[in-house]
Amino acid sequence: MTPLLQVENLSKHYGAHLGCGDVSFALWPGEVMGIVGESGSGKSTLLNCLAGHLRPDAGRVLFDTREDGPRDILGMTEAERRWLARTDWAFVHQNPRDGLRMNVSAGGNVGERLMAVGARHYGDIRAQASDWLERVEIDVGRLDDRPRAFSGGMQQRLQIARNLVTGPRLVFMDEPTGGLDVSVQARLLDLLRGLVRRLGLSAVIVTHDLAVVRLLADRLMVMKDGRVVEQGLTDQVLDDPQHAYTQLLVSSVLQV
Amino acid sequence: MIEIAGVGKRFVLHNQGGVALSVMEGAALRVDPGECVALTGASGAGKSTLMRMIWGNYRCDTGSIRVAGVELCRAEPRAVLDLRRGTLGYVSQFLRVIPRVPTLRIVAEPLLAQGMDEDAALARARALLTRLNIPAPLWSLSPTTFSGGEQQRVNIARGFIQDWPVMLLDEPTASLDAANRAVVLELILQAKARGAAILGIFHDADARAAVCDREVDVTGFTPAMVSA
Amino acid sequence: MTAYNFAYLDEATKRMLRRAILKAVAIPGYQVPFSSREMPMPYGWGTGGVQVTAACLVPEDTLKVIDQGADDTTNAVSIRKFFQRVADVAVTERTAQASIIQTRHRIPETPLIAGQILVFQVPIPEPLRFLEPREVETRVMHALEDYGLMQVRLYEDIARHGEIARAYAYPVRVEGRYIMDPSPIPKFDNPKLNNSPALQLFGAGRECRIYALPPFTRVESLDFDDYPFSATKAAGQSCALCGSTVSYLDEVITDDAGGRMFVCSDTDYCAARVAAGSTEDAA
Repeated sequence: MTPLLQVENLSKHYGAHLGCGDVSFALWPGEVMGIVGESGSGKSTLLNCLAGHLRPDAGRVLFDTREDGPRDILGMTEAERRWLARTDWAFVHQNPRDGLRMNVSAGGNVGERLMAVGARHYGDIRAQASDWLERVEIDVGRLDDRPRAFSGGMQQRLQIARNLVTGPRLVFMDEPTGGLDVSVQARLLDLLRGLVRRLGLSAVIVTHDLAVVRLLADRLMVMKDGRVVEQGLTDQVLDDPQHAYTQLLVSSVLQV
Repeated sequence: MIEIAGVGKRFVLHNQGGVALSVMEGAALRVDPGECVALTGASGAGKSTLMRMIWGNYRCDTGSIRVAGVELCRAEPRAVLDLRRGTLGYVSQFLRVIPRVPTLRIVAEPLLAQGMDEDAALARARALLTRLNIPAPLWSLSPTTFSGGEQQRVNIARGFIQDWPVMLLDEPTASLDAANRAVVLELILQAKARGAAILGIFHDADARAAVCDREVDVTGFTPAMVSA
Repeated sequence: MTAYNFAYLDEATKRMLRRAILKAVAIPGYQVPFSSREMPMPYGWGTGGVQVTAACLVPEDTLKVIDQGADDTTNAVSIRKFFQRVADVAVTERTAQASIIQTRHRIPETPLIAGQILVFQVPIPEPLRFLEPREVETRVMHALEDYGLMQVRLYEDIARHGEIARAYAYPVRVEGRYIMDPSPIPKFDNPKLNNSPALQLFGAGRECRIYALPPFTRVESLDFDDYPFSATKAAGQSCALCGSTVSYLDEVITDDAGGRMFVCSDTDYCAARVAAGSTEDAA
């Protein structure tokens, strides 16, 4: 078996400022990796470098493509990267407005990726969109409604459906539960967990919420000032943190 | 199935002046299939610490921990996860779940994670919850609002739903009434009978006597407290 | 006349325009940027079309100008007069006799033939404009054939109206490659774009873009397998003047009491049919 994603010595600077430095890890099929750290720790920079939104200064990001095996995504053409982005990859933004087309119906939002890879049968596209609304627990009667009429939690679930409809193998999530009420968060977490398990997805989840990674992530990476200070099994990092910063992070969580 | 040799553990508290606490040294034990071994020793002697090192959420600094032939000390996360998926089961004292997920689903989850058919997994979960006297009307509710004893039983149901070859039990009978305690002991004996290797912490001496073949006192693994 | 260079624009400008046109012909459906000039008419009156026409005109040409199919509307008359004055070329209202036809929002009913040039006036050349506001991004989308979004627009139409509701400026795919805005012609005219023997040029003056369909280019209107494209027009009506049932019709309101009539939008086609009909009647 080969890792789905292998990152080697990835670095990104913003001028003299370090975005993220010398990051290496391997993500295996079916694994969920969490990246935690405070604002400015470089976790979003790393995620955007992995997803091809930002170009790193150094390093390699090898993705195990269906056709040709592991390939460095940084060496791909923009066309190849975009093709991956709408087939094998998914990106769930913190703010659903960044990941949805607010002027397009829910069905159109879910169908877009299908149409982008060549689907040309309206009835089939619509049937698949309905199926995905059900899977993310949105009433199928809302298929033709625009997402601006949806609650925040529904928008986020719609964004997930829109991303997963083409059966991606790797999902990037940037604070997926960020802007949501606590009760809505729980439902979304449960949904994500179920989808990840049923579809055998691999995922990289950036968050500052330790409770989210405990419930979703198999593995955890802790970042500070652009560097990975600790990584390992999620419960090991949280229950037996080794690095000073991780110990501080874990002990700073308010207990309820 | 569980082989431990020369295991040591130190906590370094970076945010409290870099205090280094050595909590374990030269721990060694062995649990064979069909055997139930109890960890004993005073509170704070390191029973739970050793248990967690075997489960993998505490890092093992020195020595060797082998479960079903897999070396867990300094293992890749993937190896540990793989072991937890199919081989190693753990009943902890605390139930940690996503709020709003129904009890039945929580109990069935280890089976679903292994890819078992949903109907079959839920059927087994129902049977186990029934046996543990969790009333059916509660199955569709999240256990977050249950009483301590009920939560403990949900946790046990989740721990015993799969026929793990190796099991770790952390106070499985604490906060249970006599009837439910009997059910749990029965479950443990059944697991032993099918050949599971079980390592447990039992506060309750009667329970320990009922299911355990041997005892290992962890006091022998506790070094004198030295601060660095 | 002597005060102006032939066809108003100086030779260097025409050369620049011709280079853009040649590039557009070489890459059918691709929008070629060009340095649009101030013309003696406001934007929106066909400055793009006029520049393309000026770059193509030679003294031997016969020019026809139509606006929504008609030769006698303000826009058509003023552009025709403009070129009569600055290029002194022959003009005609007969489609078959013209070598260059500048048009706003129609393709003549009379089939075009090899050697003719049809110049379209284009207000908004970018078919993805209202779907993706960033021009940089739409160009990347064209470059990478990232056209899922265009299909989403048609999907939305069917979801909302039960059919693809777009009646004009109906997007097309050129030679299976670029998606192109055919200018606001009625979708009734879309099939005429396909495999036409004439050269079709599109000029957008305000937006500084030229694109082209060389003769015999494959042009397909976008659709879904289960909602195929259809070139519809006013159903069940015929022209009140010439009786044509196959031409594109304009609805004309005749009074304040709801009276109306349908007439051909192509005045030359209609007049020719009326003339032919009256000859037959007389004979």
